[in-house]
Amino acid sequence: MATIRFTLNGKPQTVDVAPEMPLLWVLRDTLGLTGTKFGCGMAICGACTVHVNGQSTRACSVQANYIAGKNVVTIEGLSADGTHPVQRAWIEKDVPQCGYCQSGQIMGAAAMLAKNSKPSDADIDEVMKFHICRCGTYQDIRAAIHRAAELQAKGGVG
Amino acid sequence: MNASRRGFLKSTSAGAAGLLLGFYLPERSELAAQTAATGTPAKVNAWVRIGTDDSVTLMIHKSEMGQGTVTSLSQLLAEELECDWKKVRTEFPPIDPAFGLQGVFGSQSIRSGWMPLRTAGAQARDLLVRAAADRWAIDKAECHAANGVISNTVNASKLTFGQVAEAASKLTPSANVPLKTPAQYKLIGKSMPRLDTKDKVTGATKFGIDVRVPGMVYAAVARCPVFGGKVVSFDATKAKAIAGVKDAVQISNGVAVIADNTWAAFAGAKALEIKWDEGPNAVFNSGAIRKSFTEQTMQPGASARKVGNGAIGLNTAAKKIDALYEAPFLAHAPMEPLNCVAHVRADGCDVWASTQMQTGIAGLAAQITGLPPNKITIHTQYLGGGFGRRAGTDYAGEALEIAKAIKVPVKVTWSREHDIQNGNYRPASVTRFAGGLDADGWPLVLTANIACPPMGGGGSFGGGRGGGVDSTSVEGIADLRYSIPHMQVDYHSVTGGVPTTYWRAVGYTQNTFFGESFVDELAVAGGKDPVEVRRRLLASTPRLLGVLNLAAEKAGWGKPLPAGHHHGVAVVNNIGSFTAQVAEVSVTAGKLKVHKVVCATDCGQVVNPAIVEQQIRSAIVFGLSAALKGELTIDGGRVQQSNFHQYDVARMDETPAVEVHIVPSTEAPGGMGEAGVPTIAPAICNAIFAATGKRVRRLPISATSLA
Ligand code: FES
Ligand code: FES
Repeated sequence: MATIRFTLNGKPQTVDVAPEMPLLWVLRDTLGLTGTKFGCGMAICGACTVHVNGQSTRACSVQANYIAGKNVVTIEGLSADGTHPVQRAWIEKDVPQCGYCQSGQIMGAAAMLAKNSKPSDADIDEVMKFHICRCGTYQDIRAAIHRAAELQAKGGVG
Repeated sequence: MNASRRGFLKSTSAGAAGLLLGFYLPERSELAAQTAATGTPAKVNAWVRIGTDDSVTLMIHKSEMGQGTVTSLSQLLAEELECDWKKVRTEFPPIDPAFGLQGVFGSQSIRSGWMPLRTAGAQARDLLVRAAADRWAIDKAECHAANGVISNTVNASKLTFGQVAEAASKLTPSANVPLKTPAQYKLIGKSMPRLDTKDKVTGATKFGIDVRVPGMVYAAVARCPVFGGKVVSFDATKAKAIAGVKDAVQISNGVAVIADNTWAAFAGAKALEIKWDEGPNAVFNSGAIRKSFTEQTMQPGASARKVGNGAIGLNTAAKKIDALYEAPFLAHAPMEPLNCVAHVRADGCDVWASTQMQTGIAGLAAQITGLPPNKITIHTQYLGGGFGRRAGTDYAGEALEIAKAIKVPVKVTWSREHDIQNGNYRPASVTRFAGGLDADGWPLVLTANIACPPMGGGGSFGGGRGGGVDSTSVEGIADLRYSIPHMQVDYHSVTGGVPTTYWRAVGYTQNTFFGESFVDELAVAGGKDPVEVRRRLLASTPRLLGVLNLAAEKAGWGKPLPAGHHHGVAVVNNIGSFTAQVAEVSVTAGKLKVHKVVCATDCGQVVNPAIVEQQIRSAIVFGLSAALKGELTIDGGRVQQSNFHQYDVARMDETPAVEVHIVPSTEAPGGMGEAGVPTIAPAICNAIFAATGKRVRRLPISATSLA
């Protein structure tokens, strides 16, 4: 067991876990933050995407000790009340179906928009093709990302 | 739903696990949590609860797995209830005979709910209006309900639903409350935003896998890699050496590792050393399965359809063609891996599940625990996809067995590898066609010989069903709507040693690919345009003809396309709906690109057009995954693929632009969840033929070189 200190959704957090325990299970089982989802456990579906120091990161594939001293943001902390431009765009376009992949999709899209404020369809595909949605919301996601870019440009809450 | 909030902890010493753990005592009423928030919601009838604060809670007796039931079933209830849509919240109720069968499959929710839910809404409104009329001592005809408010047309005073709900709940419901005519609809037919969106973009939605109950332990199960195999003995020494692993328990289909987190449970399940009795299915492999199914199709089978006489048709045809079509085993792979939380006590049992089969789980729980049905509570959670996999109950059975053994609440989570390798599957199948044309090149005869394990068996292995026909295994061919003078369909119930079950669109998933491809072959053999041939053969099926014409028109069938682009078409009548798709593809140096799909659907009265369109886009992507690359192979009775790196699915960059056209209709609603799946594979493959002259007769398309 190791004591690991990091910042979680803007607040200091300490956990006592096996150092090799994946961040995903630290979040879900140890801390009860279940918004981050388990889909594959091997960094190929994107369901577990969070931000670590602002980078889109697959929580299933980084170990607890990797996040020591780092800044982790999950879907629960992306905005205080669901008003991040990506979330607003998702609501406007009614993107989710079952919704299970959407935390990861939103976190992936938000990290992309932080770097590329006006992505083309090809830019979007290049990032989002690593996020599986079995309900097939891809077309809606693409439209919502374009909309989120507009909202962000207008000075959306971020 | 926050399970912890509705119960309390009590310390106890747990049996098998030997731990000091709490257990959860649920309160019987699902309403307990609501009560504090809303005052005392009155149960106006089984479906409708209204709080003194005018909040309206609608009971959604069908699962929400993305198909929009929470929203569209609420629209049916609220339409007649005349409540304030902004005040609607929803709950998944426990099992109650008032709701009939609680489960979702076969795209039934809207179809089966169409009359009962509108009736329930109307009855509830009638009760509220009568309560108001009593209060005012006027006739109910002098009251008018709209938007959650009842108006007294005599003196213009008003009462809200919340003010009369308690009184209404004590009245006897009227038998025949008239329903609205379509012209009076305010909600039905409107694209109301989904009620579940907000929680799904903030991570707040609770799926089955997110349930946390005080005192809960985590489990993962090691199952025999060969289907139907049994544990002979096991050694858990290595598993128990893993930090967080507590115990290992044998259950009927494997060994469960109990741990204090999911990751340790997964690692523990992997570390178990188990001696298996693999049983009879260890002999199966994909090559032999294909060979034996193919051989079966050369023999006469059980008759699934006979129009005219196939042999006479083939003997008199001016031109004959034949073809052999194949489809592989497929996993459902919903994004949320299977899971279930169960708590079995001497005095009751609770199950929390993202399931398509609440009623089935309740029955299974009674069987496993020996408790009477009224001691069993099923807490339905949101589903992270189902696609038919969650219409089974195996995942709940395991959780119940483990919970019974360890006496504390347990969450069993399947890894993706478990999901891909220990599932129930869309069966592999082979169909042999022979067909012929008349002297003018029009189809005269179509015969099909189908070898397919039964699909409706819910995890059965198939084989030797005494010559009967499994209707789900022949649907899509036996019910082809074309008027062809001679049509004959035979069926063989075969087995591949793999348990099979429903998969979104069931038999149509492969049979529509087979049938619509072969009809295309007949069109080509007769030198005819594929749309023209279908038009002629569908003259007496106006709704299917209607969507064919609409899709062809909107896609610009027969008009010039961008260089290298080609069209293919397919139609289907399944689950009470009629659907046509035109796919636009190009094949460049052997590489397929699906650019666009135009889909026309006639699904009768539409409750929520935006959700219908969403379901079509969803179905096309789901069908696309199977068409492009979905394939499980079997070796030694084992599934060889294990995760998405070997069982890949359609990604954003492979997804075509989808355009949906809905035919306006006041016919009874058809199903939607499965309507768009069947036609995508044949539409694409027919377009591939137009582009390359290559006929894809085996899925996935990746198995055929297009170069
Ligand atoms: S669960 Fe992490 S990428 Fe799939
Ligand atoms: S919305 Fe269901 S998996 Fe994406």
